[in-house]
Amino acid sequence: MTMRSPLSRARGLGSAKNGTDHWWMQRLTALALIPLVIWFVVSMIIVTGADHAAAVEFISSPINSVLLMLLIVATFVHGQLGLTVVIEDYIHTRWLEVSLIIAVKGAAIFLGVASVYAVIAIALN
Amino acid sequence: MATDNRPLSPHLQVYRPQFTSVLSILHRITGIALAVGTLLLVWWLIAAAAGPTEFATVQNFIGSVVGRILLLGWSFALYYHLCNGIRHLVWNTGKGFELSTAFASGWLVVVAATVLTVISWVAGYASLGGL
Repeated sequence: MTMRSPLSRARGLGSAKNGTDHWWMQRLTALALIPLVIWFVVSMIIVTGADHAAAVEFISSPINSVLLMLLIVATFVHGQLGLTVVIEDYIHTRWLEVSLIIAVKGAAIFLGVASVYAVIAIALN
Repeated sequence: MATDNRPLSPHLQVYRPQFTSVLSILHRITGIALAVGTLLLVWWLIAAAAGPTEFATVQNFIGSVVGRILLLGWSFALYYHLCNGIRHLVWNTGKGFELSTAFASGWLVVVAATVLTVISWVAGYASLGGL
């Protein structure tokens, strides 16, 4: 016997009202990050110690620009999802927990947009 | 009804750490470290957009002793989190939960992360043209 209403069952959102969204996005971005991170590490090894002109040349190549922006978006989505779970697990003071989660999400959006803007500014310069 | 005096399940700290549980918490610790490390990528990109002077400041920091130590830690954290993340994705398919398999995959992750870190640093120094 279930205590859940038929509507609640059909919606499938569970007690947290988020369904599997968080869990699924964490896995999707993890999957995307596997090739992106490998590409990024290999690229960074190649451009290590580069001067400004060489770094700009690397970033402004169309394929590198696109991959960098994808890496930034996937990294910040994945990172803020992970940090949110850590905060939910260890911070037991409700107002502090909510404040930290808002701060993490805000910082991820700000830093993510700033990074994407930097790549576009370099690429179009 | 009072909710602040209920019996609690035994705290995590009463359990003896095991190989698999240490790897598990290490995944979370490396994840947090990588979130902090992402700030370096943000700084690097914004400095590159800002100009040669700002970019030289980042490059000097990365090349310094502190910078290299941080980068060594972050590179291992990245490879560990990547390899162990793949281990988690395999678990998400419902496979690999037998105790012997979990231990074997755990060792594989530790060895792979270490080897990849060493290879990357050798390649990095080779790319720089030696020490």
